[in-house]
Amino acid sequence: MAAYPDNLHYTKDHEWIRAEGDAGIVGITDFAQEQLGDVVHVQLPRVGEKFSAHDTFGEVESVKTFSELYTPVSGEVVEVNEALVDSPELVNSSPYGDGWMIKIKLSDSGELDRLLSASEYEDFIESQKEE
Amino acid sequence: MSTEQLKKTALNEAHRKLNGRMIDFGGWDMPVQYPAGTIVEHTTVRTAAGIFDVSHMGEIDISGPQALPLIQHLTSNDAAKLVDGQIQYSALTYPEGTFVDDILVHRFAADHYFLCVNASNTDKDYEWIQGKASGFDAAVKNLSANYTQLAIQGPKALGVLQQLTDADLSEIKYYWFVRDRVDGVPAIIARTGYTGEDGFEIYFDPNESERIWNKILEVGKSYGLIPCGLAARNTLRLEAKMALYGNDIDHTTTVLEADLGWICKLGKDDFIGRDRLAEQKENGLTRKLIGFEVIDKGIARDHCPIFIEGEEAGIVTSGSPAPFLKKNIGLAYLPIEQTAIGTHFEIDVRGRRLAAAVVQTPFYKRSK
Repeated sequence: MAAYPDNLHYTKDHEWIRAEGDAGIVGITDFAQEQLGDVVHVQLPRVGEKFSAHDTFGEVESVKTFSELYTPVSGEVVEVNEALVDSPELVNSSPYGDGWMIKIKLSDSGELDRLLSASEYEDFIESQKEE
Repeated sequence: MSTEQLKKTALNEAHRKLNGRMIDFGGWDMPVQYPAGTIVEHTTVRTAAGIFDVSHMGEIDISGPQALPLIQHLTSNDAAKLVDGQIQYSALTYPEGTFVDDILVHRFAADHYFLCVNASNTDKDYEWIQGKASGFDAAVKNLSANYTQLAIQGPKALGVLQQLTDADLSEIKYYWFVRDRVDGVPAIIARTGYTGEDGFEIYFDPNESERIWNKILEVGKSYGLIPCGLAARNTLRLEAKMALYGNDIDHTTTVLEADLGWICKLGKDDFIGRDRLAEQKENGLTRKLIGFEVIDKGIARDHCPIFIEGEEAGIVTSGSPAPFLKKNIGLAYLPIEQTAIGTHFEIDVRGRRLAAAVVQTPFYKRSK
């Protein structure tokens, strides 16, 4: 599996979003899960909560540390990944698949175009590593 | 800080080859975990074996006719009880009865001792000991650069290490050591550790580091041994309620407050801090280090404030998920009247108040 699939949009906060009709599936990147280490708890919002782009929608905790989760786009949460309550390790084992976090109904699909492409995100990661 | 300025152990390259994730650990470039991850590393030490590079730890050698009187003056435990080949957990104490450091004292001979001290305290300890040694006929040497220290820990540690030494490891009791060879290399082989498991810590010539490290990984494979990083070392020691200098103990906490009365031998000859500790024992403690379990869903982290009946009553000194126990646990100093087992209190975790309770420690105790 590629570390950064081409069909996703990325943020500098290490979230990804995959468009599905008028909604988007959101999770954290392979880089993010690797930096966190073993994920032991994911705090997610309730269905129906509304967020603007860059709002904090939850929290992910690993053995060593925690990190806030930011919505890549504005919209309303229409589904959350309940499987993460009992199996938070899915975020590590399948960051782009079973480890997804929320499904959000987009208020403005134009916001997706302002996010990073896979290659832009990869360049961003590389530039971070060099610092 | 760029990695150029960080101190490196002789195994730095070996960790990188194993894809260890390197972090700045108190000025040392050390592996926090390997690809297996902290939870697997932790549980493998509980069920099989793990190897840790702990060469950042310091070694201080004290020898001479008055080596023992000097150590007795500097430490709270009674080093006169040691015989050759025996090890003692102890504290280097300030006049206030607080910690310069917590250390292991190894007795080579009646006039020769070997101290294992915390990495970040090595220079401070050495200067402290030097400063107090002037009236004693004893030589103090910082030999930290002369040793690689590896910890092989877990129920299978003995089986692994026995493949590489003629010393009969089953004959070495807990907190004893021998000077023998590991794969032909002269080594101190001590039955000690910082994980709550059986295991060994070995000290040897850094030039042999990579060869010995690889050899242990190789013979350990069939026993399930894996390399483990400092994150697992921290969660393992926390489950076993072993104090961490800089978190749970430091220059502001006394040996008695840290619940380490058993290394505080007030009956021995005078030592630095003795009067203050005797006074504290006489008058009673006002606070004590306790272990807690978080009752609500959530993880208490280091430095989270603690509230009792709405009043701030302390801070979490170490807080983490406990990977083997599958609970969220921690250590904290609480007012003495709140330290009974079962006492409930609240921990503020980034604005959320989590219920917690004082529990029996150690959280984890291995079955013999």
